[in-house]
Amino acid sequence: MELLKTGAAGTMESGDIYVEVDKGAGGVEIELQSTVASLYGRRIKEVISEVLKEQGVSSARITANDKGALDCTIRARVATALLRASEQGDSGWWKK
Amino acid sequence: MHMKQRLRRTMMFIPGNNPGMMRDAHIYGSDSLMFDLEDSVSMPEKDAARMLVYNALKTIDYGTTEIVVRINPLDTPYGKADIEAMVCAGAHVLRMPKTETAQDVRDCEAYIAEMEKKHGIPVGTTLMMAAIEGALGVINAYDIATASDRLIGIALGAEDFCANMKCQRTTTGAELQLARQTLVLAARAAGIDALDTVYSDVNNEEQLVYEATLVRDLGFDGKSVINPRQIGPVHKVFAPAAKDIEKARRIVAALKEAEARGSGVISLNGKMIDKPVVIRAQRVLELARVSGIISEED
Repeated sequence: MELLKTGAAGTMESGDIYVEVDKGAGGVEIELQSTVASLYGRRIKEVISEVLKEQGVSSARITANDKGALDCTIRARVATALLRASEQGDSGWWKK
Repeated sequence: MHMKQRLRRTMMFIPGNNPGMMRDAHIYGSDSLMFDLEDSVSMPEKDAARMLVYNALKTIDYGTTEIVVRINPLDTPYGKADIEAMVCAGAHVLRMPKTETAQDVRDCEAYIAEMEKKHGIPVGTTLMMAAIEGALGVINAYDIATASDRLIGIALGAEDFCANMKCQRTTTGAELQLARQTLVLAARAAGIDALDTVYSDVNNEEQLVYEATLVRDLGFDGKSVINPRQIGPVHKVFAPAAKDIEKARRIVAALKEAEARGSGVISLNGKMIDKPVVIRAQRVLELARVSGIISEED
């Protein structure tokens, strides 16, 4: 997946996470702010990295502001931000 | 396969782009949860809501609660993507909004079947329900209700219906009377459920109970709700009264006695009991069981 522009998804509401992605300058850089950073910061970064890896994104700069999102919400918001940044539709994303 | 026939006293709306409400939506005890990708989601967020609901359904265990997703109409840029994503996510039921004709149902069904085949899911797994929200849909209610074997029910959407009818919602519900009766008649003739519209003032429990009682008396199976606070009052309305339970018990006991005798004639206190009376009695006991009024052994 090629990132063409900055893509963002999510909100600052409780239980959500706001994610911004752009292509960065090589490598993956994650800047995370979280209300639960001391407990779950490492896990949140892992989930973000998993989605990037699944999509074959090796260069990206991610800024995330977490408000206590579940893993499935983090996955969804990162995926939407990536799809928006790559200007790809979501057809081909869905698996049973 | 998902269950076509089950209890649907309440179906709680969850806005599709609100993760905070998705996490524990099932703990309040509504019979069904309805994740909304349609009216509660703005156009620029349709992609985000679809992705969020897909991931939630893939991950969160909602137990035995029925999972319904309200998709966007097929003639919008979002409808087909909603269907593919939700078929893959394993939604039990897809709710079609603004259904006007039987052809709307057939078109939607054909695309669901196409997506099931594409993804190796047995054709027919995904069930459907149709929301009727305009005059044309009410007129075509029976054709809609019988347009697909996948349909579990039809539902009334009162706000859009009133806009279409150029009338206002009233406290008596007079403006919805014909639509409600037409829908419940069509649903019964088709052998599927009839589900009533939402009541959107969460602070007015008295009016909610009035509406729920009205539709229960018309024969509806349940009512859509928008807030966990509305679940208890609606379940209470649909729970049978003690005297009805007692009568139902006597009827079912008479049925068992007749069966034990090998007789097809059921009688109670010297009166013959017809089959419809037995069916109603069994329904009363089923409602009493799920309402926690009587035990599973009763």
